[in-house]
Amino acid sequence: MAGTKRSKRFEVLESRPVHLDGFIGEWIEVGLYAMGSPQDPKPSIRIEGGKVVEMDGKARADFSMIEQFVADYAINVKNAPEAMAKSEVEISRMLVDINVPRSECTRIFTALTPAKIARVMDCMNIVEMMMAMQKMRCRQTPANQAHVTSAKDHPVMLAADAAEATYRGFKEIETTVGVVRYAPFNALALLVGGQVGRRGTLSQDALEEAFELQVGMRGLTSYAETVSVYGTERVFVDGDDTPWSKSFLASAYASRGLKMRFTSGTGSEVQMGAAEGKSMLYLETLCVMVTKGAGVQGLQNGSISCIGVPAAVPSGIRAVAAENLITMCLDLEVASGSDQTFSHSDQRRTARTMPQFFAGTDWIFSGYSSTPNYDNMFAGSNWDITDVDDYLALQRDFKIDGGLRPVKEEDVIAIRNKAARAIQAVFAELGFPPITDDEVEACTYANGSKDIGDRNIPEDLKAAERLMKDAVTGVDVAKALAKRGFRDVAESIILMMRQRVAGDYLQTSAWVASDGTVYSAVNDANTYMGPGTGYKIPDDRWEEIKSIPWAIRAEDI
Amino acid sequence: MQINPELLEKIVTEVLAELGAAGGSTAAVATAAPEAVAGIKLTEKGPAERGTDPKEVVLAVSPAFGTTFKTTIIGLPLAAVLRQVFAGAEEEGIHVRVIRVYHTADVAFMAHYAARISGSGIGIGILSRGTSVIHQRDLAPLSNLELFPQSPVIDLPTFRAIGKNAAKYAKGESPTPVPTNNDPMARPRYQGLAALLHNKEAGFQDRSKAPQELSVSFE
Repeated sequence: MAGTKRSKRFEVLESRPVHLDGFIGEWIEVGLYAMGSPQDPKPSIRIEGGKVVEMDGKARADFSMIEQFVADYAINVKNAPEAMAKSEVEISRMLVDINVPRSECTRIFTALTPAKIARVMDCMNIVEMMMAMQKMRCRQTPANQAHVTSAKDHPVMLAADAAEATYRGFKEIETTVGVVRYAPFNALALLVGGQVGRRGTLSQDALEEAFELQVGMRGLTSYAETVSVYGTERVFVDGDDTPWSKSFLASAYASRGLKMRFTSGTGSEVQMGAAEGKSMLYLETLCVMVTKGAGVQGLQNGSISCIGVPAAVPSGIRAVAAENLITMCLDLEVASGSDQTFSHSDQRRTARTMPQFFAGTDWIFSGYSSTPNYDNMFAGSNWDITDVDDYLALQRDFKIDGGLRPVKEEDVIAIRNKAARAIQAVFAELGFPPITDDEVEACTYANGSKDIGDRNIPEDLKAAERLMKDAVTGVDVAKALAKRGFRDVAESIILMMRQRVAGDYLQTSAWVASDGTVYSAVNDANTYMGPGTGYKIPDDRWEEIKSIPWAIRAEDI
Repeated sequence: MQINPELLEKIVTEVLAELGAAGGSTAAVATAAPEAVAGIKLTEKGPAERGTDPKEVVLAVSPAFGTTFKTTIIGLPLAAVLRQVFAGAEEEGIHVRVIRVYHTADVAFMAHYAARISGSGIGIGILSRGTSVIHQRDLAPLSNLELFPQSPVIDLPTFRAIGKNAAKYAKGESPTPVPTNNDPMARPRYQGLAALLHNKEAGFQDRSKAPQELSVSFE
């Protein structure tokens, strides 16, 4: 455009944040295509002797290991002839028809092939998908998950932020690291801080899979989520994995009484250069079916860390909603993403979240950054703590239960301080590098890691290594807390230890209430069948959502 | 738009041309001839061997590093990247041996392979777009000593620090990890492009080709 006279209007438009986003054209051959690619397989099924011998135009002898796994374990062959005989439009209409119960939809969906499921989604517009989500999510009451991370991996700040996040209403919290060797301390900080904020909090440490299992077995975390599955064989093999090895890992969690879900998402295969020319949603459908076939209770999807890829191509954010919906339709818990930055535009990032927020999912975010995004070590979440009052306003505006509640400053300060002192006590009792009173004070009042000092990192890392070598468990942490005067926090941790013996929270879409009651798709099943049914916000909860502290009240004037 | 549309178009055109030429069967493979890139010469010397020198770290670069790709995702010349890593290690009295891997373009597995054949047990992996890992022989492949996952925030001082810290690990020290840069807006800006670049680089993968020793000379 050099030399040509520019329109001032266009210059203004080009300076808007949306123009910082990466938009790219579709590229069918490598699979840079959201959904409904002309290269996606055509639905078909042939069953002989109770075995799938042809699926989506491919003979059994030509199946990839993923297709074989899906054909053998994720398709109900008894119902398949009936389900596959229905047209894609007919099936999509079942999802939005209030007279068709959820159970009938899941009966049909669990008997479809991957190509058929992907095509059903392509029959629906975004509003229809939202209507379907409202009916098809498996747990009736929605919940929310937060990220709790620190650019400095600062254990005191992590404990304080974990406490604040769970006090604000997040029922699950997830951390990861800047420096991987800090991981044991991050798990410890979330365990302690999470229980200070709300007894019953589920916490996890997203790291290398063997390490995650180890800290889970030790009781330093109570669930796992980042067990990744992929839609093409090559990506699986690149990670030294197969659907069978992932299933084995899943059973390792189950055998120790630990909740877990898989993770996948549109865009991961093409991001790794191995989409084999298939659309992102078709490949994601295979991932959801691998999860179902492995017998895992749930899945985190919604593109997740690859969101920049579907978001860059046409209909990409619609595909992201579709993948969440597929997970629900296969009767799995869904942790529906919205957990990673994908846009500079406030309009785009809000709009991306609204289908899941309005319809409600098991975990609307997975997760919401409970810290400023500069501290978010998942490379930034779509929403961060600085957006939280907007979120509370949206809950109030639309009478939506998004899982969070308004809080008072003095209460948050108190809860952060208690968590900081609790982790200080644990460090002292276990002989880790001391946490000073100044650090407790700084982390109580800080917004992010820019407001606090640095730890002696090499000393912390040595101690974190010792935590693993000495096999410190959740029970040791509880003992340390009890000895140093934090008996209530100790009891909360013991409550979490007991969960893995009882096993109730292994049920689909479970979370633990402060009295130890487990809520899941078993005792809180979604009963939506049109207006007047399904989740209704209880009166006391609505009062809570309404009472944002900054609203002007008539009685005060 | 920060992504240069001409660059994008050029990449897309090139990849499409290559896909056509390869006939969808085998991937294009870089030749073993000396590779001329501005400021640097990379020459393959044959299969990479297991080293015994405790004063070396092994740096694994990706299949098209310095050949098709000449800069990182933010335009840092790869010659400058190597120069900084070398300089960082040399400050600690450690020598960097460079290999090119063909069997994978996964930076974790690249770095882990490098660590396994490194005399000190310490390896580094760097993708053309800049993504980097410092690895140690006895760790699980998807674990690491230090990970630099966000290619758009890795600048030249960081590459120098990566070389320096890898050297310190090789000497048995416990250095303070290189400060983590975190730009939450890197993904919105660069992820689509990163996917394009990775598809391009993955086209040079050859699962049956063993890692090759590279001689590096700066010009």
